[in-house]
Amino acid sequence: MVNGSVGSWRTFVSITLVRAVPLTFTGLAVALAFRAGVWNIGAEGQLYAGAICAVAAGLSLAWMPGLVLVPIVLGASAFGGAVWAAVPTVMRVRFGVGEVITTLLMNYVGIHLAGYMVHGPLQEARGVFPQSEAIPAAARLPSLLPGTRLHLGFAVAVILAIAMAILMRRSRLGFQIRALGASPEVARVSGRIRTTRVLAITFLASGAIAGLAGGVQVSGVTYTLLESFSPGWGYTAIAVALLAGLDPIGVIVTGVLFGAMQAGAGAMQRDAGIPQVWVGVVEALVILAVLGLDRVRRARLTERAP
Amino acid sequence: MSQIEMVFFLEASVRLGIPLALAALGETITQRSGVINIGLEGSIIAGALGGAMGALAFESAGVGVVAGALAGLAVALVFAAFAVGLGVDQIITGTAVTIGGLGLTGAIYQASFGVTGTALSLPTLAPLDIPLLSQIPVIGSPLFGQAPTAYLAYLLAPALWYFLYRTAPGLELRAVGEAPDAAQAAGVRVLRVRFLATLFGGALAGIAGAHLSLAHAGTFAEGMSAGKGFIAIAVVALGRWNPALVLFAALFFGGTSALQFFLQALGLDVPYQLFLAFPYVLTLAALAGWMGSSRAPASLALPWERK
Repeated sequence: MVNGSVGSWRTFVSITLVRAVPLTFTGLAVALAFRAGVWNIGAEGQLYAGAICAVAAGLSLAWMPGLVLVPIVLGASAFGGAVWAAVPTVMRVRFGVGEVITTLLMNYVGIHLAGYMVHGPLQEARGVFPQSEAIPAAARLPSLLPGTRLHLGFAVAVILAIAMAILMRRSRLGFQIRALGASPEVARVSGRIRTTRVLAITFLASGAIAGLAGGVQVSGVTYTLLESFSPGWGYTAIAVALLAGLDPIGVIVTGVLFGAMQAGAGAMQRDAGIPQVWVGVVEALVILAVLGLDRVRRARLTERAP
Repeated sequence: MSQIEMVFFLEASVRLGIPLALAALGETITQRSGVINIGLEGSIIAGALGGAMGALAFESAGVGVVAGALAGLAVALVFAAFAVGLGVDQIITGTAVTIGGLGLTGAIYQASFGVTGTALSLPTLAPLDIPLLSQIPVIGSPLFGQAPTAYLAYLLAPALWYFLYRTAPGLELRAVGEAPDAAQAAGVRVLRVRFLATLFGGALAGIAGAHLSLAHAGTFAEGMSAGKGFIAIAVVALGRWNPALVLFAALFFGGTSALQFFLQALGLDVPYQLFLAFPYVLTLAALAGWMGSSRAPASLALPWERK
């Protein structure tokens, strides 16, 4: 497992860090939403929506030069993710339907829509394989380190995490998000925070970031839209965000950690025949351990209080 | 639609709706106690594998159903220990339990039956025709020519309705979900009620899983629960936390899923992936249009500690 994930510098960069990229983006999306008390369990669907929009933009604007096209492709993926989050946002704000249910349902719509796209409107010209045409070279993310498969998306993820950390700590909106998450009731009656607006902004931004995960994956790794290309990144993201204590910088670390775990499990599957399915068990244990330890710490704090 | 097509469509609707109905009826009781168990998916897949292994070991589908219920209950026990016992966040715990349940069942299955996954052939839950009722034209055989687990769902819906609205323990359960502090003041043991309600939901989800492997597929496949636990949670909201309505909501969802076979059979030139998405879109629309006047139990998803 160690060999497959961190064995050599090159494997580390090419496999672990590459796998860490979508986990970091979705982890940031979940961390942002959870910070505001928004239970966005829909990163998976938002990721697919992002990937669909990225591929559609890359293919239809193929004549554009790379300097312009790459930002458009990534922007399209963020837009797709935000649209996917907009449905649960409206349903929560307008109709009072909890976002846990709606984001879960939207995941399935997103996965099946991607399936439809690669069998229908976006299928490659010969119509044989369930995948889209490859996006043009100008729409692809350049390599970050020559000789490895690591692409620019990793740098984008790190910059985004730093920007998010600053925003959460220093800006007015960051404060409002934290206040809303800490106590929606207090935030509302304080009269200073337009809770509905903050909730909607956070929800849409979370969706946009999860959409970027899909966009970065297609423009950095696969170059085409594939059916069910995500092994549940949107769900693993919850473990990633939680283990980081919802801290954006921490998400980079836990994203790489889970990337290593997935890469290592892949290698173990090949070498030792230990099934990849154990990754799910480990993820579950990590989440439960974090929850349990957090609970114990809280109990100690209340004991000490007079 | 000719009569034969109609019967075919209704039969598929009920068949697809039954596992959802079982899981959603259990989850209704769980949520009425103030606990939302997103780990339901984990209980269903555990029930599917437990049911398959129990049925194989004892060469009896009946034993399989019991084994499925126990497996679902075991998964719910993990959820309850954290979400009720420790009082940590229910949504996150439930997600962890689902991820872990899907992983663990996959690992156990591969360890027992090999990675290649030769299809198991299991003793199946054969359809049981109810005399007379199954003879009713059109609706008879779709409703009353199903696997025995279907009849469990039919009986549970009114029984759970009666329990919730006409018995003292049912009232206590609802009180725990609405106002746990007041319930405790009235002498109700809040955590015990929530524990039992969660375990009941897990056992029913396990039976739903056993139904999938024993009555539907006749085999087990990794991840065969395919999100049914999540859909069941939507069905609970669609059924407004009322067991009688929940049964109809589950059959409604089953119907929207059955529509895909039917429309495919009509030979419409629309890729079937769109039909796969259709039930989810319709459920979202139904939730938006139908939830206005109803609301979830007031303490749903809020951890509670004894004061």
